[in-house]
Amino acid sequence: MFDAEYDVVVVGAGPAGTAAGKICAEHDLSVLVLEKRQEIGSPKRCGEGLGKNSLGRMGVEFNSKWVTREIIGATCYAPNGRFVRINYDGPEGWVIERKVFDKELAYQASKVGARIVAKAEVTGLVRADDGKVDVSINYAGTPYKTRAKMIIACDGVETKIARIMGLNTTMKLNDIAQGAQLEMSNIKIDPDRIELYFGNDIAPGGYIWIFPKGDDVANVGIGIRHPYGKESMCAMDYLMRFIESRPELKDGSIIEYNTGGVPVGGLLENMVADNLIVAGDAAHHTNPIHGGGIAEAYIGGKLAGEVVVDALLNKDISAKYLSKYNKMWWDLRGSKMKNVEKLRKVAEKLKDEELNFLAEELSGDDLVEFTRGSALKKLATIMMKKPGMIRLAKELL
Amino acid sequence: MITVNRDKCARCGGCVSVCPVSALTLTEHGIECDKKCINCSTCVKFCPVHALSLKKDEK
Repeated sequence: MFDAEYDVVVVGAGPAGTAAGKICAEHDLSVLVLEKRQEIGSPKRCGEGLGKNSLGRMGVEFNSKWVTREIIGATCYAPNGRFVRINYDGPEGWVIERKVFDKELAYQASKVGARIVAKAEVTGLVRADDGKVDVSINYAGTPYKTRAKMIIACDGVETKIARIMGLNTTMKLNDIAQGAQLEMSNIKIDPDRIELYFGNDIAPGGYIWIFPKGDDVANVGIGIRHPYGKESMCAMDYLMRFIESRPELKDGSIIEYNTGGVPVGGLLENMVADNLIVAGDAAHHTNPIHGGGIAEAYIGGKLAGEVVVDALLNKDISAKYLSKYNKMWWDLRGSKMKNVEKLRKVAEKLKDEELNFLAEELSGDDLVEFTRGSALKKLATIMMKKPGMIRLAKELL
Repeated sequence: MITVNRDKCARCGGCVSVCPVSALTLTEHGIECDKKCINCSTCVKFCPVHALSLKKDEK
């Protein structure tokens, strides 16, 4: 079933894992990518939004087969119902089908030589005396053993691989959003725009989203965060309360039920150990303000792959050598994400009346800039207009 | 120890990421809790569907 040894074993076949696997295979390394679930891309833990800009940064070719709906804008609702609309000239992104998208990425990695196996769980990793790693696998109920020079851990928020290899990636409760989502059909929505709803009562510490997947189909989801919500209410309770308050949603069908933990911060200074690199959700590679992670994971995975190729070429897989990955990621994404995290820490403290005020003052273009970690000074200047927000505004600068 | 309501649990694994002592694992059969559990209830606070609770007799 498996070779006796691989150059690289990648754990997890999401966007990070397949990106890493593809890069390694393209450089003629022997690569095994293991996915513990029986189907790649499912069950999703994702709102499935993907911007055109993000796809460009990933360097992945557009393919209409994973698109469910083109998106031409967004509408952001303040607690009082006032909204800010982000309008684009044309399609600026898509709501995708993760199952199809992730499988396409896996296909591309397999085509260049990465071996991908679903329903294969890593059950043990032991660093051997010769500097390689013994890998135990449970494939569909049967145990197997193989060996690897390098492990790339892309095993999602529930990662244990990093911890087994001596790298603590545990998240603080405040750095992970509790996510719940229903894919609903036969509902009335704006099929061309994503909608976002803010408010301390409807989504404490987060927001509610409606991402259209068709004329009358959408992912309706919520992300909230401890300690802003009521202890008696979980994310799904908040989501159901919202849906039931909306005549256009409340009688809709539920065609998929999802939950998830979304890293929204807790960026790691160190994402390597001897024989190990971590990428994707496992390394908290997401955008801290909106929780989007497809592009961040893919980029993290690609970088991990590049560093592993280089490390194996130079025959040095020590944590010290691999630590160039930390610098590369922080230079490329980390410092931007740190800025976005700063914004998140301010945004989560805004009171409803302050959100209402900002909805009057800000344009759609401003909001887009903020999610990229830019123009924070502009936001601070506007916040300074309200005495109650001066202290928070200073946190942004 | 943590008990898991398997009817409620949607197997997202988010709780695993917040457990400070690595007592939780997402397996094919759902979330499992082992003896390392220190009853801190961090995972209970995280769960998006209230599927986790502290077993009362071991509190």
